[in-house]
Amino acid sequence: MKLNLKIWRQKNAQDQGKMVDYAIDNVSPDMSFLEMLDVLNDDLIQKDQDPVAFDHDCREGICGMCSLYINGEAHGPDRGVTTCQLHMRKFKDGDTIFIEPFRAKAFPVIKDLAVNRSAFDRIQQAGGFISVNTSGNTLDANAIPIPKHDADRAFDAATCIGCGACVATCKNSSAMLFVSAKVSQFALLPQGRVEATDRVLNMVRQMDEEGFGNCTNTGACEVECPKGISLENIARMNREYLAASLK
Amino acid sequence: MSNNGMLKSSIARKVAMALSGLFLILFLGQHFFINSMSVVSPDTFNEISHFMGYNPVVQFVLQPILIFGVIFHFCMGLYLDYQNKKARPIKYVKNNGAANASWMSRNMVITGIVVLAFLGLHFYDFWVHEMNVKYINVQPEDPTRYYEELRQKFVDPVRVGIYVVSFVLLALHLLHGFMSSFQSIGFNNKYSRSLRGFAYAFAILVPAGFALIALYHHFTI
Amino acid sequence: MALDSKIPAGSIDQKWTNYKNKINLVNPANKRNLDIIVVGTGLAGGSASATLAELGYNVKAFCFQDSPRRAHSIAAQGGINAAKNYMGDGDSVFRLFYDTVKGGDYRAREANVYRLAEVSTNIIDQCVAQGVPLAREYGGLLDNRSFGGTLVSRTFYAKGQTGQQLLLGAYSAMNRQIARGKIKMYARHEMLELVVIDGKARGIIARNLMTGAIERHSAHAVVIASGGYGNVFFLSTNAMGSNVTAAWKVHKKGAYFANPCYTQIHPTCIPVSGDHQSKLTLMSESLRNDGRIWVPKSLEDAKAIREGRKKPTQLSEEERDYYLERRYPAFGNLVPRDIASRAAKERCDAGYGVNKTGEAVYLDFASAIERYGKDQARIRHLDENNKELVLKLGKEVIAAKYGNLFQMYEKIVDENPYETPMMIYPAVHYTMGGVWVDYNLMTTIPGCFAIGEANFSDHGANRLGASALMQGLADGYFVLPYTIGDYLAPDIKLGKIPTDTPEFEEAEKSVRNQLEKFVSNKGTQPVDHFHRRLGKIMWDKVGMARNEKGLNEAIKEIAELREDFYKNVKVPGTLDSFNQELEKAMRVADFLELGELFAKDALHRNESCGGHFREEYQTPDGEALRDDENFAYVAAWEYKGKPADAVLHKEPLVYDNVKLVTRSYK
Repeated sequence: MKLNLKIWRQKNAQDQGKMVDYAIDNVSPDMSFLEMLDVLNDDLIQKDQDPVAFDHDCREGICGMCSLYINGEAHGPDRGVTTCQLHMRKFKDGDTIFIEPFRAKAFPVIKDLAVNRSAFDRIQQAGGFISVNTSGNTLDANAIPIPKHDADRAFDAATCIGCGACVATCKNSSAMLFVSAKVSQFALLPQGRVEATDRVLNMVRQMDEEGFGNCTNTGACEVECPKGISLENIARMNREYLAASLK
Repeated sequence: MSNNGMLKSSIARKVAMALSGLFLILFLGQHFFINSMSVVSPDTFNEISHFMGYNPVVQFVLQPILIFGVIFHFCMGLYLDYQNKKARPIKYVKNNGAANASWMSRNMVITGIVVLAFLGLHFYDFWVHEMNVKYINVQPEDPTRYYEELRQKFVDPVRVGIYVVSFVLLALHLLHGFMSSFQSIGFNNKYSRSLRGFAYAFAILVPAGFALIALYHHFTI
Repeated sequence: MALDSKIPAGSIDQKWTNYKNKINLVNPANKRNLDIIVVGTGLAGGSASATLAELGYNVKAFCFQDSPRRAHSIAAQGGINAAKNYMGDGDSVFRLFYDTVKGGDYRAREANVYRLAEVSTNIIDQCVAQGVPLAREYGGLLDNRSFGGTLVSRTFYAKGQTGQQLLLGAYSAMNRQIARGKIKMYARHEMLELVVIDGKARGIIARNLMTGAIERHSAHAVVIASGGYGNVFFLSTNAMGSNVTAAWKVHKKGAYFANPCYTQIHPTCIPVSGDHQSKLTLMSESLRNDGRIWVPKSLEDAKAIREGRKKPTQLSEEERDYYLERRYPAFGNLVPRDIASRAAKERCDAGYGVNKTGEAVYLDFASAIERYGKDQARIRHLDENNKELVLKLGKEVIAAKYGNLFQMYEKIVDENPYETPMMIYPAVHYTMGGVWVDYNLMTTIPGCFAIGEANFSDHGANRLGASALMQGLADGYFVLPYTIGDYLAPDIKLGKIPTDTPEFEEAEKSVRNQLEKFVSNKGTQPVDHFHRRLGKIMWDKVGMARNEKGLNEAIKEIAELREDFYKNVKVPGTLDSFNQELEKAMRVADFLELGELFAKDALHRNESCGGHFREEYQTPDGEALRDDENFAYVAAWEYKGKPADAVLHKEPLVYDNVKLVTRSYK
C-alpha cells in the first residue's frame, strides 16, 4: 500500500509545531500501525532526517504507553484497540492519514507525538490506593467473600490502562472516565469502602487542579476506550462524590 | 458540601447544571400542559393562565426561581464551556467527533444559545407584555384575555417560523440534556434504559407539541 | 572470588524463619537516614519500592517508561501461583516447592525456591487487601485454575490480565508512598551506570530521557529490578523497551551474571507474519487448559493448508496429529513450556507447519466449545443434541474465560478463533538467567541487590507458568525488605552519600563518552538494523535447539556484528534532548555484549536442561538429556573486559529435599 501521512512535528515543548507531509510506500496490510511508523522512521534516518518521536512499549495493548490521534480519533478508527494493535488492513491504498498527539492542556507535548501524561500519576497518588501496609500480615484472602458480580465489575473498571484516550477524545479533555475507573474499582470492593469518602474527594480535587475539562456526558470516551471502560463508572463516581460531599 | 464552597469542583458544577436542567424540564412540562389547553379548551387555558399570572406564590416565589434557574443554567453552561475550551488550548487539525458522540452532545452550547435567544423573544412577546399590563400601564384584571392574545402572536408567519426552528433546537438540546442530567447526578443503572426511552420521547414530543400548537393557531386564525 | 550463597543452616522449612529471627534490624528512626535506589518498577521493583518506603527508608525509584504503571509485568496474562490449597486438591508449600524445582529441571537453588513457596500464600492475602480484583466464584471466594507442569489448581488469576492487576496493586502501594514523600519517582529515566565506592554500590548515573540530562543519584544500596533480557532476540514477547542495560552495567562493575543461556521460549505465541514484525504477542498459557494442539498427520495435508488449498476445519479427527497428547499422555497439552515449545518446533521442522512460513501449529478450541456447550445445555435443561445451540452455549463459556485473548488474536491475525483454530508458534518470553545473587538477593557487589526476573535465582533452567509474578512479588514485598535491612544495619551513621566524589565523576564521564560517541558516529544504518541482525543470529543458533557448531559461529558473528555496530550505527539527534534512537543504541550496545556471553554459556553447558536444549544431548526419543554429575551447578560469569574473556565460577547445587530424577511428563 501507498499512503500519505500528515504528521504533527514539534521539536520540543517550546516549539510551535506543525503538520508535515510524508509519503510512504510498501506498507503491508499485516503491519501494525506502529510498525508502519517504524518503517517511516527507518527511512527518515537513512535520509538524515529526524525520526518521528512517539511513545510505545509493550505493543500488545496493555501497557498504555502508546497514544496517537489518528484521522481524528484516539487510537485510530478501530474499536477496542490501542494504536499498537491497530493494523494497516484498516486503511486503503492511497489513503491520507492524519497523525497527531493526544491533545490536552494537562498532556503537554514532549516531542512530536509523545506527550507527558504524568497528571494521571498525580491523580492516582492523591488517593488511588488502599492504605494497607505490604507486610503480608493481613486477613486471609478468603476471609471476606465478595459477590462475584461486584468482583467482576471491579475488575472491569480496573482494566483501565491509563493511556489517556478518554481525555484525548473528549471534546472537553475531561479525565472523568480514567478517574472514575479507579474510584469504581475500590468503591465496589469491601476493602476499598473504608477510605471511599476521602478517596473520591481527593482524586477529583487533583483531577480539577491538573486542568482537565468538565464531563458533558457525550460518551465519546467510552466509545474510544481501548478497554471498554463503561460510563456507569462515571455515574458511580458522581454518586460517590455527592455522598462524600454531603458527609 | 464539605470541600469548601459548593461549586468549586467540576462534579459539583455538573450536578448543579443537571439539577437546574431537570428543574427547567419540569417547568417545560407544565408549560406544555397549559399551552395544550389552548387547543383543547380556550376557557381552561384562560383560567390557568390567569391563575399563573396573578397567584402570588407563582409570581413572587416560583417565577423568580425560574428566572434564576434559566440564568444559572445558562451562565454555568457558558462557564463550563469556557473551562472546557481552555482544557485544550491547541485544537486537533483533524477531529472526527461524529465517530464517537452524537451531534447533540457535542453542540449543547449552540443549541442552548439558540434556545436562549428564543427565550429572549418569548419574554419580549409574553412576559414583557404581562409586566406591562400588570405593573406599568396597569390595566384591570381580565381573566379571559389570554387566549386571544396568544392567537394574535401567531399571526405572523416569520414568528411562527422562528418558533418552530427554536423548538427543533430545543428538542436536540433535550435529546442529550435530559438523559445526561441523570448521568451527572449518578443515576445510571438497570432502570436507565426505560428512563432513556421516556427522556427521548419527552425530548421529541414536547417540543414537537409546542411547535404544533403554534402552527395550529397560525393556520386556524 | 569464591561464590558464597549464604544459605542459612537448618532444615529447609525452618531456614527462612530462623534467618529472619537472627538478622540485624534497623530501627525506624535510623531508616530515615538511609537511601535506597530501585531501578525498575515492575512487580519486583514496584513492590520493593513500596515496602521499603513503608518501612521508612527513603526510596528513589527509576523507570524508563512514562509511568511506573507501564512496566512490562503489566503484560503477564495467565496468573500467579500460591500454595493456598483453597481447592483442597492436595497442594502444599512443599508441593509447590517440589513442582518448581522439578519444573526448573533441577537447576534452581533449593533454599530460595522453598522460601518462595513459603511466602507465596502471603502474596495473595496482600493483594486482596490492596483491592486487586482476582477472579472469584459465585460463593464469593477466590477461584483457581491449573497451569502447565502441575497436577493441582493453584493459579490465582484475573481473566487474562493478572499481571496488570497485580502490577496496578503494587503501583497503588507505590502511589501511597509517593504521596507521603517516601518514594521519589523518576519516570522516563534510564540507569546507565552503577557507582561503586570502596567496593560498595553507592549510586547510579541515570539519564533523564525527557531532557537528556545526565544525573547522579546516590544511595546506601542499589536494587536492580529491571527485568529480563529476552529482547536480545529482537523478536520476543517483551516490551520494545525491555532491556538488559541496568543488569549488564552492574555485571560490568563486578556482579556475576548467572546462567545467561536459560531462556524460556513460550509455546503459545502468535506466529511471525512478515519482515516488518517488531514484536511477538503471547497468548496466555491458560489457553492450553481448553485448547488442543495439533498439526495434520500427513505432509500432503500440511502442504495443502500452507498453500491455502485446504482449511483446518476440513480435516477429520483421524487426519490430525494431537502430538502432545500422543507423546505425553499424562500431562497432554499441559506439559511445561519448554517441552511444548520443542515439540512444536520438532513438528514444524519435520514439515508439518500450518502457516505460510511453515512455522505454526494449531491450537483448537472446537472440542472444548462442544464439551462446554453440552454441559451448559444439560445444566439449563436444553436439548444437548441441538448442534447449533451447543455451539452457541459453548462459545459463550469460552468467551467468558478467554474473551480478551480471542479478541486480541482476531485483531492481529484477522481470523476468528471461535470458528477456525488459532495458529501459534513458540517465541522468546522469559529469561531464567540473570544477575547472580545469594540467599539475601545481593549480587557479588556488596550493596547491589537484584530481584525479580533480573536475578537468576528461583526458576532453574525453566520457569513454570504463573511463577514469575509469584517470584517478583515475593522478592519485593517479602524477601528483600528483610535482607536489605540486614545489610544496611552497619550504615546507619554514614549520612548522605555525596555525589561530588571521583567515583561519581568517573562514572558520569564514561556514560557521557559513550553517549557522545553514538551521536557523533558517522554511520549509515539505524540501530534497529543491528538489533534485527543480532536477533536473527540468536534465534537461529542460540534459540530453541543449539549445537556446538552453531554456538561457535554465533559467538564469532556476534563479536563481528558488535564491531560493525560501533562503526556503522547512525544515531540522529542530540544528547541533550528527547532522543529515542539514542536510548535504543545504548540498549542494543549491551545486548550485543550479553548475546555473546549467552552463547558462550550455552556452549559450555554440555547437557540439555529446561530451556537450554543442546542437540548433542538428547534421549533417543528427543527428550532433554541432563548431566547431573557434571552440570548440577549455577554458572556465574565474571566480567573481564569483554564477553569472550568472561571467567566461569560455579555454585554447586545441592539437593537435600528432592531427588534428582529424569523429568517426565509422559
